[in-house]
Amino acid sequence: MSAVIEEHHHDDHHHGPAKGIMRWVFTTNHKDIGTLYLWFSFAMFLLGGSFALVIRAELFQPGLQIVEPEFFNQMTTMHGLIMVFGAVMPAFVGLANWLVPMMIGAPDMALPRMNNYSFWILPFAFTMLASTLLMEGGGPNFGWTFYAPLSTEQGPPSTTFFIFAVHLMGISSIMGSINVIVTILNLRAPGLTLMQMPLFVWTWLITAFLLIAVMPVLAGVVTMMLMDIHFGTAFFNAGGGGDPVLFQHVFWFFGHPEVYIMILPAFGVVSAIIPTFARKRLFGYASMVYATSSIAFLSFIVWAHHMFTVGMPLAGELYFMYATMLIAIPTGVKVFNWVATMWQGAMTFETPMLFAIAFVILFTIGGLSGLMLAIGPADFQYHDTYFVVAHFHYVLVPGSVFSIMAAVYYWLPKWTGNMYDEALGKLHFWLSFVGINVLFFPQHFVGLAGMPRRVPDYNLQFADYNMVSSVGAFLFGFSQLLFLFIVIKCVRGGVKATDQVWEGAHGLEWTIPSPAPYHTFTTPPDLKDISEAHG
Amino acid sequence: MSTTSNEAYEPYYVPEQSKLPIFASIGIFLTVYGMGNILIDMSAGEDHSLGIWILMTGGLVLGFTLFTWFSTVIKENHAKMYSAQMNRSFVWGMSWFILSEVFFFAAFFGALFYVRMFSIDWIAGEGGRGPSDMLWPGFEAAWPLLNTPDMERFPGAHTSMGWFGLPLVNTILLVASSFTVNIAHHGIKEGNRQKLVLWLAITVALGIAFLICQVLEYQHAYDELGLTLNAGIYGTTFYMLTGFHGAHVTLGTFMLAVMLGRAIKGHFRDDDCFGFEAAAWYWHFVDVVWIGLFVFVYILGS
Repeated sequence: MSAVIEEHHHDDHHHGPAKGIMRWVFTTNHKDIGTLYLWFSFAMFLLGGSFALVIRAELFQPGLQIVEPEFFNQMTTMHGLIMVFGAVMPAFVGLANWLVPMMIGAPDMALPRMNNYSFWILPFAFTMLASTLLMEGGGPNFGWTFYAPLSTEQGPPSTTFFIFAVHLMGISSIMGSINVIVTILNLRAPGLTLMQMPLFVWTWLITAFLLIAVMPVLAGVVTMMLMDIHFGTAFFNAGGGGDPVLFQHVFWFFGHPEVYIMILPAFGVVSAIIPTFARKRLFGYASMVYATSSIAFLSFIVWAHHMFTVGMPLAGELYFMYATMLIAIPTGVKVFNWVATMWQGAMTFETPMLFAIAFVILFTIGGLSGLMLAIGPADFQYHDTYFVVAHFHYVLVPGSVFSIMAAVYYWLPKWTGNMYDEALGKLHFWLSFVGINVLFFPQHFVGLAGMPRRVPDYNLQFADYNMVSSVGAFLFGFSQLLFLFIVIKCVRGGVKATDQVWEGAHGLEWTIPSPAPYHTFTTPPDLKDISEAHG
Repeated sequence: MSTTSNEAYEPYYVPEQSKLPIFASIGIFLTVYGMGNILIDMSAGEDHSLGIWILMTGGLVLGFTLFTWFSTVIKENHAKMYSAQMNRSFVWGMSWFILSEVFFFAAFFGALFYVRMFSIDWIAGEGGRGPSDMLWPGFEAAWPLLNTPDMERFPGAHTSMGWFGLPLVNTILLVASSFTVNIAHHGIKEGNRQKLVLWLAITVALGIAFLICQVLEYQHAYDELGLTLNAGIYGTTFYMLTGFHGAHVTLGTFMLAVMLGRAIKGHFRDDDCFGFEAAAWYWHFVDVVWIGLFVFVYILGS
C-alpha cells in the first residue's frame, strides 16, 4: 500500500476521474459515489416498481388471475423492502453525497474510502435479498414489517438470507450516516455556522443521527429473529415466556424513526427548491430547523401507534395517541413556512417547482390521513385496511419520491452541465401527478369500506376502485421510463447550463462551474465573497 | 470551526482511488452468505455445509482487507498526510460508532425490561387477559423464569445464575481494566513507554481473564444450572445480553492487543495516539455495558 502514499506526493489533486469501469469500483470521490447511489436507487425503484405492478395486475379484478397467493405475498414483501431500503434511502444518501460537501464548502466527504465501502455493500445485499425469490420455498412472504411469529415460525428458509441482507444494509447505513454527520460537523467552510447551513444539510444532519440511533435497533431485532429461528431462544415465543408483541415494539422503535429518515431529507430538498422559484428567502429558517429537530425527537416516543389493535393497556393507547398527534404541530409549521415562502413570490413553474408544490399538497393529504390513523378508536376500524396503504403511499410516493425527482431535476444541470428538456420534464411531472392520484386516492375509499391490505383477492364491491387504482399504477409506473429517458438525454447533451443555473438559486453549490469539477473546494471558499450562504 | 481564514489552511487529505473497500464488501458479503448457508443447513439437519468454506473465504478476505486498510491509515498518518481536521474526523467517527453500539445494546436491554415489566405478567393472566390464562392455566409469573409456559419446547432452568462468584470476579476484572487502560494512557501522555506497554499488557491480560471466566460461567450454567439458550426467556435474555457483551469484549481485547503491538513497535506520541484512544474508549464503553448487565441481569435478575 505504500504505492498509494508515494503517488500522493506528486499528485496535484486537480486531475479528473480515472478511466473505465474501475473508476466507479475504486472511487473515493463524493460525486462519483453520489452518482452510484442514485443510479442504484433508480434500478431498485424500477425493480420494486415492477413488483408493485404485479400486485396491481393481480388486483385489477376480484378473484385470482395472474399469480398464486404465496407469490403475491412475496411480491408485497419484496416491494416494501426494496422500495424502503433500496430505492428511497439510497437515493437520499446519493443526494447527500453529491450536495452536502458542495453546500458546506468541503473538499469531499470526511471519510472517502469508507464512503465507497458504504455504497458497494449495497449491491451485494440486494442481490442476496432479491435472489431469495428464486430459492426453494420462495422469498420472504411475511410483509416488509416481518412480524413474528409469522416470520420466525412460518417463514421460508430464505428468511435467514433476508436477515443477513438487512444486517448488510444496516452496516452500510450506519457507515454512511457517520460519514454525513462527521462531514457536516467537521468540514464546514470556516465561518459557516450551523444556523447558516442550507436546510438540506440540516435535515440530513438530523436524519443521520436518526439512522445511527435506529439502524442498530433494526439489527438487534433481526438478530433476535435469527436466534429464535436457529438457536431455540424465546424472544417472540410466549411458550418460553417471550412475547410476539415484543417484536412489534422493537421493530417499530426502529420503524417509526425510519419513516422520518425517509421524509426529513425531502423536507430539505423542498426547502431549497421553493425559495428558488418563488425568488424569496425561505420563510422562517430557524423555525424550520427547530421543527425538524422536534419531529426527530417525537419520532422516538410514538412508535406504538402502529400497534393500537395489538392489545396494549389503555394508558399506552392514550399516551401513544396524544404523543402522535403532537407531530402535527412541527409538521404544520413546515407546511406553513413553505406556503408563506411562496406567498407574494415571483413564482415560475419549472419542473422541480412543480414536483415541490405537488409535494407540499400531496404530502399534506398524507399527513392528514395520518392524523386520522393516530386516533386510537378510529384506527381500530382503519387498521390493516387499504386506508393505511393509501396513507403511507401518499407520504412516501408524492412525498419522498417526488422530492427525489424534484431534486434530480433541480440539481441535474449542476451535475451534468446541461439543462434537461423542460417540455419532457413537465410531461413527466403531469403523467406522474395524475398517475399517482388515480393510483392511491381510490384506496382511501376501499380502505374505509373495509378492504384488507396484503390479500390477493377481494369482495366484489371493491372492484371498480381497484380497477381505477391499477390503471393509475400502470400510468405512473411506465411514466418513469420517460424520467429515465430525460435523465439520459440530459447526461448526453443539451443546452449548456450557467453556473447559477436558476435565476433565484442561492448557496455555495451554485457558485462553482456547471458541470461541477471533479474536485471542488480543495481549499475552503471565503464566505465573505458570497453574500448569501443560504437561500 | 476554530480555523480562522487568516490562518494557513492545511489541505484535507482525500485519498486517491482505493481497492480496499470493494474487497471489504466482497469479504463481508461472503462472510454473511456463508453464515446464512451454515445456519439453514444446520436447521435442516444436514451434517455438512458448503457454507463453512464460503464463510472462511469471506472471513479471510475481510480480515486481510481490514488489516491492509488500517495499516494504510497508520502509514498515511506517519507520513504526516493528516491534518488536525482529518484527525477530528476520526474522533467524531469513532464517537458516533460507539453511540450506534449503545443503541444496539439498548434493543436487548429493552427486550429484557419489557418482558420483566409487562409480558410475563400478562401471560400469567394479569390485567384481565383471559385467553392467555386459558392457554397455560397453571402458569405463574416469576423472575428468573425457571418454569416456562411450554416446558416441552422450552425446558426452563433448575437454578438461576447468582451474582456472587464468577460474575462478581468478572465485574472486578473489567472495572480494574478500565483503570489500567487509563494508566497506560497516562504513560503515553508522559512519554513513558515502559508504563504504557506494562499497563496495556495488564489490561489485555485482564480482558482475556474476563473471557476465560465467562467461558467457565457458561459451562457452569449449562452443566449444573440447566440454564441453556433454549431454556425460555430467562436463558434467552441471559445469553444474548452477556453473549453480545462477550463478543464486544473479544473485539475490544483484540483492539487493545493490536495497540499493544503498536506500542511495542514504538507507535504513539502524546499528541498523536488516537488509535490507542479509540480502542480505550471502546473498552470503557464495554465496561459500562457490563455494569448495566451486572445490575440488571445478575443482581436484579437472580
